[in-house]
Amino acid sequence: MHPAPSVIIFTTFSGLGFGLLFWLGLGMPFVTGWAAFAYFALAYAMAVGGLLASTFHLGRPERAIRAFTQWRTSWLSREAWTSVATLLIMAVFGAGLVFAGQRFAAVGVLGGLLAILTVFTTSMIYTQLKTVPRWHHWSTPAMFLLLSLGGGAVLAGQTLFALPLLAIGGTVQVVAWMTGDGRLAGSGTTLASATGLGNLGRVRAFEPPHTGTNFLLREFVYVVGRRHAAQLRLIALIVGFGVPIAFLVLPYNPLWIACAAISHIAGILAQRWLFFAEAEHVVGLYYGKR
Amino acid sequence: MTQLPPPSKVKLGLVIDLDTCVGCHACVISCKGWNTENYGAPLSDMDAYGADPSGTFLNRVHSYEVTPDEGTAKLIHFPKSCLHCEDAPCVTVCPTGASYKRAEDGIVLVNEDACIGCSLCAWACPYGARELDTAAGVMKKCTLCVDRIYNTNLPEEDRVPACVRTCPAGARHFGDLGDEDSAVSRLVAERGGMDLMPEQGTKPVNKYLPPRPKDTADEIDILAPYLAPVAGEAKGFVAWLDKALSALPGGAK
Repeated sequence: MHPAPSVIIFTTFSGLGFGLLFWLGLGMPFVTGWAAFAYFALAYAMAVGGLLASTFHLGRPERAIRAFTQWRTSWLSREAWTSVATLLIMAVFGAGLVFAGQRFAAVGVLGGLLAILTVFTTSMIYTQLKTVPRWHHWSTPAMFLLLSLGGGAVLAGQTLFALPLLAIGGTVQVVAWMTGDGRLAGSGTTLASATGLGNLGRVRAFEPPHTGTNFLLREFVYVVGRRHAAQLRLIALIVGFGVPIAFLVLPYNPLWIACAAISHIAGILAQRWLFFAEAEHVVGLYYGKR
Repeated sequence: MTQLPPPSKVKLGLVIDLDTCVGCHACVISCKGWNTENYGAPLSDMDAYGADPSGTFLNRVHSYEVTPDEGTAKLIHFPKSCLHCEDAPCVTVCPTGASYKRAEDGIVLVNEDACIGCSLCAWACPYGARELDTAAGVMKKCTLCVDRIYNTNLPEEDRVPACVRTCPAGARHFGDLGDEDSAVSRLVAERGGMDLMPEQGTKPVNKYLPPRPKDTADEIDILAPYLAPVAGEAKGFVAWLDKALSALPGGAK
C-alpha cells in the first residue's frame, strides 16, 4: 500500500492524541488550571491535527461531512462519530478542569473510553480489509490500541503504565511483523485463484494492460519501500520502544519524559510507514507484483 | 445507503469468454469512450502526451501466460472490470453512502455527488475494479452501462454495455445471471463458468469461461521425412577446425 504522508501523520498523531485523552479522562495525571490547559492543548493538537491531515488524502474534502451518514456498515463513518463525540465530551471535561478546577469524573471516564473506542474504529478500517491479508488479523487492532495507550501514557507521564504497555506493544509488534510476512501466501489468494486459470498450468503475468502506470499500481503496489524493511523494523523497535523504556526507567524527570515521548513518536512514524509500505494488496497479483 | 440490499432476483452481469478473447482492447476503448461522454465525470487522462501518461479506465485487459505440465505455453487475454459482486465489500465500507448496490438489478454504482474520494472502496475491492479519477477526485467504476441498457432512445441492439456491443470476437456476453434459463446462465452452465478469487467471499455476478482444452492433431507434415539433413558429418578443413576448437580449454565437446 502507498504510505501516504497524510495517513501516516493521521494514524500516528491522532492515535497518540486520543491515547493522551484516555489517561486525562481517567484523571491521570489529575491537573487543573494552566497545567490542564497545556495537557489538553497537546492532546487536541495531536488528535485534531491528525484528523485534519486525514482529510488531505480525500479527493473531495469539502464533502467530508457526509462521512457521518453510514455508521451502520462503515468503520470509517463510525470513526467519524466516535472521534467527534470524544472531542466534544472531553472538551466539557477539560473546560471543567481548566476553568473551574472541577473534575467531572463520570464525564472524563466516558470521554476516555470513547477515545479508546475511536482508536479501535481507526484500526478496524484496516483490519476489515480481506484484500490486505497482512492487516486482516487481530494484531492490527491490538497494535493500534497498545500504541495509543502506551504512547498516551508516556505523554501523560504515567511511567507505571507506560513501561509495561511499551514492553507489550514492542512484543506484539514483533509478532505482527513475523506472522504478517506469511499472511498473503497463507491467505489462499494467488494469481491462480485471481485468474481462475490455475488448473490449466502455471500462470505468469505476461503483459500488463497498459504501458504506463495507473491508480491501482500507485495506490496498492509499493515495492520500493520494502527494500529496507528489516533495517526500518530495527529502527522502529529501538527508537519507538527501547529508547523510551530506557528513559522511563531513569529517575523521574520531566526532561526524560519529553525525551521518551519524542523518541517514541519518531519510532511510531517509522512503524506506521512500514505498516503501509509492507502491506500487500491482492490486486497486485493481477500485475504479477506484490 | 451502504447496507447491501437483499439478493435481487435479477442479477445483471457479464460473461467473459477467455477462449474467444483475442486481446484487441476494443472493449477498453469503447468503454472509455462511452463513459467519458455519458454517466458521471469523464474518465480523465493525466500527462496524456508526456513522458508518464496514465488515466482512468473501468475495464483493462491483462495478458497471462499459462504453462501446462505438458505441452506448450498458452497466452490468455484477460479483460477485467467490476464483477458487480453480490456481497460487494466496496459498498459496505463506504462512509458516505455514495457507493451502493441497486436492489432491482444488482448493479453496483457510485453516486459521484456524494463521493468524498477517500478510496476506501478501492482498497476493499480485490479485483482492482475501482479507480479514483485524479481530475474529478471521485471514484469511478463500471456502471454496466446503466445509461445504455435501459435507454429506449437507443436502437434495441445497442441496449447492451458498450464493451459487449463492440467486441469483435463475441467474447463478451451480457444478461441476467439470476435467471437460470437466460442465455448467459446457460453459457455458464455449459462451459463451466467460474468466479475470480472465490476465497475472498465476494460472490461475483460476472463469470469467466475458461479456455477450452486444445485438441491435438496427428503428424500431418508428410514432406518432412523426405527432407534429409543438409549438414552431415563434417569433412576436411571444417572437421579439423571443429576438432581443433574443441580441444581448446572450454571448447565444445
